[in-house]
Parts: sequence; structure tokens; C-alpha cells
Amino acid sequence: MSATLDIDRIGYSSEVFEDFLKSRSEPDWIMDARRTAYAKYEELLGEELDPEEFKRVDLRIFNAAKFRPSEAASNADSIQTLLANETEYGGQIAHVDGHSGTATLADSIAEQGVLFGDLQTLLTENRETLEPYFLQQAVRPDADRFAAWHAAFWTSGTLLYVPKGVTVDLPLHSLIAHTNDGVADFGHTLIIVEDEARATLLEETTSADSDASGLHVGCVELIVGKHANLRYVQLQNWNQKTWHFAHQGGNVDSEGSLQWTVVGLGSKLSHIHQDVNLNGRAATAEVNGVTFASNRQKISYYTQQHHRQQGTHSDLLYKEVLRDDSRVIWRGMIKVDPAAQQTDGYQRSDALMLSRDARCDSIPGLEIEADDVRCTHGATTGRVDEEQIFYAQSRGISEKEAMHMIVEGFFQQVYDRIPIEVVRETLSRTVQGKLGIEATASV
Amino acid sequence: MSSLLKITDLHVSVADTPILKGVNLEIRQGEIHALMGPNGSGKSTLAYALAGHPNYSVTSGTIEIDGVNITELEADERARLGMFLAFQYPVVIPGVKVADFIRHAISNIRNPDRKEGEGLVGMREFRKEIKSRMEELGMDVEFARRYLNDGFSGGEKKRMEILQMAMLQPKFAILDETDSGLDSDAVRVVSEGLAKLSGPEMGVLIITHHERLLEFNPPQYTHVMLGGRIVETGDASLAHDLHANGYAAIRERHPEAAADNAQAEAAAV
Ligand SMILES: Nc1ncnc2c1ncn2[C@@H]1O[C@H](COP(=O)(O)OP(=O)(O)O)[C@@H](O)[C@H]1O
Ligand SMILES: [Mg+2]
Repeated sequence: MSATLDIDRIGYSSEVFEDFLKSRSEPDWIMDARRTAYAKYEELLGEELDPEEFKRVDLRIFNAAKFRPSEAASNADSIQTLLANETEYGGQIAHVDGHSGTATLADSIAEQGVLFGDLQTLLTENRETLEPYFLQQAVRPDADRFAAWHAAFWTSGTLLYVPKGVTVDLPLHSLIAHTNDGVADFGHTLIIVEDEARATLLEETTSADSDASGLHVGCVELIVGKHANLRYVQLQNWNQKTWHFAHQGGNVDSEGSLQWTVVGLGSKLSHIHQDVNLNGRAATAEVNGVTFASNRQKISYYTQQHHRQQGTHSDLLYKEVLRDDSRVIWRGMIKVDPAAQQTDGYQRSDALMLSRDARCDSIPGLEIEADDVRCTHGATTGRVDEEQIFYAQSRGISEKEAMHMIVEGFFQQVYDRIPIEVVRETLSRTVQGKLGIEATASV
Repeated sequence: MSSLLKITDLHVSVADTPILKGVNLEIRQGEIHALMGPNGSGKSTLAYALAGHPNYSVTSGTIEIDGVNITELEADERARLGMFLAFQYPVVIPGVKVADFIRHAISNIRNPDRKEGEGLVGMREFRKEIKSRMEELGMDVEFARRYLNDGFSGGEKKRMEILQMAMLQPKFAILDETDSGLDSDAVRVVSEGLAKLSGPEMGVLIITHHERLLEFNPPQYTHVMLGGRIVETGDASLAHDLHANGYAAIRERHPEAAADNAQAEAAAV
């Protein structure tokens, strides 16, 4: 098998890695961690991908050789953002083609010991505090080929560190953008909210040029301390020529809570592992997913809710709308360890099909090793109900407008769970845009 | 001049099965008509066909409003011309708020040329209007924020139909068993609501099995449907007679239609 392995097609060779290292100026400990990760990556490249997983996520036309980390930063001015100007932020940062721009952070927040900004700089300056978290807890570099690839090549990233007991009231904003054709970025997001601390981070991904192809091999790590609260949103809005692979993990300690919203609108193909680990007693996680696929997009989410301690609670709701020839895959797993008695786990995925050529695979699953638990799961796939359309039409609403209202209503049930108004409004507007409502309005 | 809804020799099929076999009916704005008839006689079929349900195909005959043939129009185009159907079984639309739904609806009815995405009626005036209409119908204003018919009781759904009628102010309203399945309080609310709304500007076709709705809204005409035809037309006393004595005499007088109806009922079981 490895004799015929075409490394340049499926990943990056050691020459590419050595070139990449030369372009970085980083302390030895970071460089060493990269080398260790690359060794793991090389090993994993030689192994076959999980056939179960990658029979649905088809990588046959993926060609890694077409994408390389970009040497120079691009201008961020032309980039359209959905969230950056919609509300008041406590701090903002943008990464363009894998290069971090300057971060802003309100003095009142910085004074409380909050760290926010470019991951590489802050890791270097705060090694003692941050090293134990970075790629150690929520996501492991050896998880699979893509995690190792990211750990070896991470290019830029957002770091948010909130010390014990500190509440950051204003949300923070992070933008990950592509501008040039053929760019590969390995953006990382690391958020640590210490015990009794609270924060909100809204992150979005975007492509400045709808025609430029791109590759994002990302990683999100969310660490929520005891009695702490984190609200994190990632709005994925790449163009439809971007490949997106990511491992995203959230660890929640005792009585901490994580409210996590993922939105998948863009990309050519995305394949995301989203894991929540309820590591402390009575930890809770609420996961919201909004996916709207069109054309030939393929959007795949593998979610896991892992209950590791007693009295933990998780609640996941994904809503997917599929149009044209698109394909959506959702594979959800609730895992309950033997120690995790009195847990409450819920997962549900609902798909609404707007075309006969779209395809949705929803695969819920449970792995329960404790006996005193309440776990429920479900998945539905349906089409727009003709009777709903007729009912709306009988009130003077056109068929198309009725269809759009029904789609928005379908998503509304997940918007209702998102605790941040600006996100709800932005999503609703963006979905309307994708439905083409704005286009009609401008005629 | 008051508008006229004119139904001429209407034949309607559902899934290639003929159901209506030549219905003639004229309703003027300001008039109240009762439509009665045993189960399976085709009352709901007539209501759906008038509203423009795509599964109810008109195989011959015409539906006109003021001489304009609307038989080929989509349901939303008919609504914009003043047609309204209060559904026997109102539809649930999850995630769509009552207020948003009605605001879109009235924007289209009041500005029939409106395209999707174009301006809606002003928020402020809309709020005021829906609030006062809801109060008139004894509805909790909270309902405007709920999702359309989602989790509503039977009575709440029927009231929601009347609220929509009040907001849309149609020229012609068809009420398909709006009083069925309701407790007597709810029947009274719906009956009074309709009585307040109907007037010289509205022609009403009430499909009902009960007397209460007609007590509050006495019909000038009562039509009896049997086997997909209107076999008799009379005044309010005909409705009383049917309530008191049932359809046996009607069946006897119209054996052919009665046979058709028996067939339809048997097929429906
Ligand atoms: N959607 C439908 N599909 C199949 N048959 C129908 C449908 N709607 C009505 N019918 C048939 O048409 C006939 C008349 O029904 P309907 O109009 O509902 O009568 P009514 O409202 O007077 O009780 C019945 O035989 C019924 O079975
Ligand atoms: Mg009926």
C-alpha cells in the first residue's frame, strides 16, 4: 500500500515540512512539538483512513499538492465579514491566509489578566500557562492524520485565556479569511476559561474571492473550568472551493457549562469532528448545529458527547437544510463511561430536503456503560410539506416565499437555543441570502 | 357595486376520481350562505377547489370573481383577489411566528403586486392592528409570538383562522366546519367573531353541521350538497329543518345523488 502512496496528493512531504519550519521563527519547544507531530503525521499517512468514516467523506479528488501555506500576509481590507461590524466587541483579531493580524482588546478586559490575540506570540510569551493546554487536552495530535497534519503545520490562531473568576461581558471576535488561490491555512483556536470565569467568542471563516480554492486544516480547543461558562460560535462561511477539515474539542470541568454553536454554510467539502467531553461532575454542554448545503457541497459532522463523570448533561440539536445536489452527513455519538451515573444525554438531527437530488445521512449512536442514565437520540429527514405551502399560499403568500418561510422556521428552532442575539440575527440574514431572498428584493 | 363570486357547472376530481359533478353557486359580497350536506358529499372539496388547492383539479366549469375567471390561478393569486378559506384542519408551521406569517400575508393582500423581499406593512401599525383584532376575539396577545398553530388546541387553531380572516379582510370567506370539535365557549367566540367581521364587505359561505354558528350568522341562503351536487337551495328555515330532521327526506327526493354519496362514503371508509 505505502509503495503506491502518493504523499503529495494526500498530504505534505518532509521537504514541505522542512521548508515550512524555515519560514517560522519560534522557540525550540514549539519547533520540537512540530517535529514530533510531523513524525506522527508521516506514520499516520502510511496508514489507511478509517474506511467506515471515509466511505462517506470521499477524498478521491482531494489534491494536497494544490495548496501550500502562503509566505506573506495579505491585505485584510477587502474581506467581507458577517459578524465583525454587527455588535460591540471587547476585542477582535483577523487571520488572513494563515497570518495573524494585530489584535485589539479593551483595556478594561486586558487589565483583568485576560489574554487575547495571536496564538504564536502569546504561546511564546506565556509558555508556563498555556503549554499544558495547547494540543494536550481537548484535541490530541495523534487523533488521526488531519489532527497530526494540523499539529505539525499550524500557521496562526486565536488565543483567549480568561483567568479564574474573571467575567468578560463583551463578546470577542475572531476572523479566519482566505484571499489567495491555492492557500492552505492551519488555523488554531484555543480558548481557556479558568474556574468561575465567563466569556463569549464569535468566530467566522470566509473567503474574499468566491473563485479562489483553499484548504483549511483547523483545530478548535475549548477548555472550560469549574463553574465557568463559555459561549463559542463558529460560523463557517468559506466559498464553495474550499476544503475544510477540523478537529474541534471542548472539555468541561465540574459544574462548568459550554454553549457551542457551529454553522456550516460554505466549503466544497468539510469534515469536522466535534467532541464535547464532560470531564467534571455536573458539567453541561449545549451544542447547536446549523447546516445549509447547496450545489455540490458536502458537509460532514462527526459529533461526540462524552460523559465521563456523574450528573453530567449534554444536549445537541443539529438542523440541516439541503438543496440541489448537496450532501450532508451527520454521525452523532453519545458515550457514557461507567463512572458517569445520573447523566442526561440528548441528541437530535433534523434534515429538510429541498431537492430530490440531495442526500442526507444521519447516523445517531449511543455507547452507554453506566446503568442509571437518561439518553435519548433521534434523527429525522423530510421534505417541505405541500400542505404547509398551500396553507401559506391561501393567505396570499407565494409558493417561493412560503418555501423560504418554512425553511427559516425550520432553522428557527435551533436559533431559539442560541443565547446571543447578534448571532441569531446574522444567521437569519445569511440564510435568507443563501436562499436568494435578497437577490429577489434588489430587482 | 358589490363583488360577485360565481361558480358555474364546476366539476372537480381528486386523484382522477370525480368528486364534484356540476356545482352552481353565486355569492355576493354581504351575503351569508350556509352549505350543508352529509359526510362525503363534497363540501370540503368545493372549499379546497375554490381556494385553489393543487390536488383538486377542475375538469370543467368555471370560478369567477366579478367576471374574471380565476379557475387557473394559484392559491396565492386567488387570495390576493379576496378569496379566503378557514381550514377545517389548520396546518402547523413550526418556527414561523403567527405575527410574521400574518404580516407577510397582509402585505401581499394589501399590495397584490408585492414581490418577495419587498416592503412589508409597517411594524408599528401592524402591531397595533393585530393587537386590537386579537383583543376583539378574546385572544391572548402572546399568541402572536407563538409558532403558527404549533401546540395549539383545536379551539385555538380555529380562533387563529378567524384572526387571519379579520386581518386579511377577504371579499369572500369560506368557513369549513370552523365550529367542529370545539366546546360551546369556543363556538360562541368564533360565532360572535364572524358576526362582527362579516358585513356588507364580505360574502360568507359557512359549511357546518351545527346550528350555533348560523344562529349568530343567519344565512339568507341554505344549500344542500349531496353526491357532489347542490341538490336544494332554500332559506334559513331549510337549515333548521335539516338540523331537526336530518337528510333522509333529501335523499329520498334525490335518489341519484344519494346513490353517488353512498358510494363516496363507502369508498372513504
Ligand atoms: N384528498 C383526497 N383524496 C382522496 N379522496 C378525497 C380527498 N378529498 C376528498 N376526497 C373524497 O371526496 C369525497 C368528498 O369529500 P369531502 O369533500 O371531504 O366531503 P365533506 O367535506 O362533504 O365531508 C369523499 O368521497 C372523499 O373520500
Ligand atoms: Mg369536510
